[in-house]
Amino acid sequence: MSDVNGNGKFLVGIFDDDDVVLKAVKDIKKEGVRIHEVYSPFPIHGLDVALGHPRSRLGIAAFLFALSGTTTALLLTFYTEGFDWPMIVGGKDSFSPIIYVPIIFELTVLFCALGMVGTFLVSNGLGPTVKPLMYDLRTTDNKFAMAIDLSKNTIGEGDIEQILRKSGAAEVNVKQF
Amino acid sequence: MSHVTSAVRTPLVTGGKTYADVTEDISRQVEGSPTREWTIAFTISVIVLLYGTACVFWTWWEGLGVWGLNKTVGWAWDITNFVWWVGIGHAGTLISAILLLFRQKWRTAVNRAAEAMTIFAVICAASFILMHMGRPWLAYWALPLPNTFGSLWVNFKSPLVWDVFAISTYFTVSLVFWYMGLVPDLATIRDRARSKVSRYIYGAFALGWNGSAKTWARYEYMSLILAGLSTPLVLSVHTIVSMDFATSVIPGWHTTIFPPYFVAGAIFSGFAMVQNLVLIIRVVFKLEDYITLEHIESMNKVITLTGSIVGVAYLTEFFIAWYSGVEFESYAFINRATGPYWWAYWAMMTCNVITPQLFWSRAIRRSIVWTFTLSVVVNIGMWFERFVIIVTSLHRDYLPSSWAMFHPTLFDISDYIFSFGLFFTLFLLFSKFLPVVNMAEVKTVIKSSSEKLPVSVSGVAKGERVANPTFNKGVE
Repeated sequence: MSDVNGNGKFLVGIFDDDDVVLKAVKDIKKEGVRIHEVYSPFPIHGLDVALGHPRSRLGIAAFLFALSGTTTALLLTFYTEGFDWPMIVGGKDSFSPIIYVPIIFELTVLFCALGMVGTFLVSNGLGPTVKPLMYDLRTTDNKFAMAIDLSKNTIGEGDIEQILRKSGAAEVNVKQF
Repeated sequence: MSHVTSAVRTPLVTGGKTYADVTEDISRQVEGSPTREWTIAFTISVIVLLYGTACVFWTWWEGLGVWGLNKTVGWAWDITNFVWWVGIGHAGTLISAILLLFRQKWRTAVNRAAEAMTIFAVICAASFILMHMGRPWLAYWALPLPNTFGSLWVNFKSPLVWDVFAISTYFTVSLVFWYMGLVPDLATIRDRARSKVSRYIYGAFALGWNGSAKTWARYEYMSLILAGLSTPLVLSVHTIVSMDFATSVIPGWHTTIFPPYFVAGAIFSGFAMVQNLVLIIRVVFKLEDYITLEHIESMNKVITLTGSIVGVAYLTEFFIAWYSGVEFESYAFINRATGPYWWAYWAMMTCNVITPQLFWSRAIRRSIVWTFTLSVVVNIGMWFERFVIIVTSLHRDYLPSSWAMFHPTLFDISDYIFSFGLFFTLFLLFSKFLPVVNMAEVKTVIKSSSEKLPVSVSGVAKGERVANPTFNKGVE
């Protein structure tokens, strides 16, 4: 998993409400605690910014894959109809990019979509054989978990627990990986 | 804040649901034993599918002579069914992609079922291409394979080859979009699974999803780009399908209005099919709190809009046929309305133009019975639209000596029935083994759209921390 940093001891704060966890992230960071990651059953807008995650570059990957699709379509149509087996059908030129717009468009979309989804899966370490690292099984149902890697924090475990509870955590658990 | 919504908006989720309720209500049908209704429906579908499959194989075994095609009408039910099924698929992409870009939150309750409908409808459409090939074992000839493979290169100038690219891309992208949308919900089912087998299977398909903030952020970004890709894609697919006709020189086909007219018609019939499926789902799976009258009314508004566009398109092509001064073109249209297929033309006009206008009435728009009935009527009408375009344009050639009528045979009818068996079998399997409503997405709108507004909303709107959130307490 991309978010596993070896074995470690984590303090996991469980929250009941997404607004509370979003506010808690900001409060806890102000206290100087380094948050490992937050897990939720649905996307919380603004959470990635609050956690300081960099903006996704999937768009760049998507553009490059789209470009490769366009190039493939152009090369395919040029090679087959313009070079390998030139034919004049219906009075149209052997190679005329206008006629091939549907092919170019479809391959651009196809390459872009498949490439981007593939990039997404690889960059997040997702795959059929991946065993998920779950800090709390309820985070795919109705709870929100904030994981704090104790080895990455200088503040003591007891203090962090107190900060978590003060920020609205309904329970705080210890998780060892 | 994402959760703040005007209090005057009608709730999208009723019954004061919590996050846990959403999981419980939607997962119930996946985790429980099949219901009696599901078992009966599935049995009927499989019987129909088996009968249809036998007929399709007989069609291939004997050749396309078993259909009612003749020297004049070389395309009939096969292409009618193909265009009809592709059109039905379009509503799924429209709901999942275009409405996502427009930030229409009501789509969340119906997008999953609509996307599934898209996948299965495109499979049915593709089956008619295979049937029409006559020799399906040579279907790979439609792919751009090297000369040395046994045939020449495909003709990239042909709209039929554009179709191959368009439909296969559409199917692949829709499948990916649908599957990626399922992943978070599959993880929910995985984490609730009680048996080892289901934990393993759902776990494999959930791809190790754990809902981290970083993954969610990337996931949303990816969904947005996929939606941005799917939007022109859905428009391109039916545009290209319409070019199968528009690039020909047959009167009644050779018109520039076809691309937008076909796209509007596709969305029209697609939404009608979504209505039919969703109305059944909400009752059978007891999802009335999630698929509310608001959702049904919103979809009926889309049906009214697209039905009106289709109506305008019918009138426009009739007007242009007269205005062009081309007697063959004028004849094609007058013959449609008054010739031997007048009944099909007027069935089309009645079902697609007149009856959907009843949705201007709020009472009808919000009536389950009216909605279901009119949606069936729309689907019948849209089938007739494709039949009228295809058969009435072909049955009268330039030479009166070539004129002929098309009469469907048992195999025309049975092969169409096959597609219903295939569609409903696949849809019922989907509805049993996968969550029919997107749990993760509904959870994002429930707070702002629930009729029981949580205390936390007002507090956070001011950017303050909520001291005692009460929203999710019901599940403690």
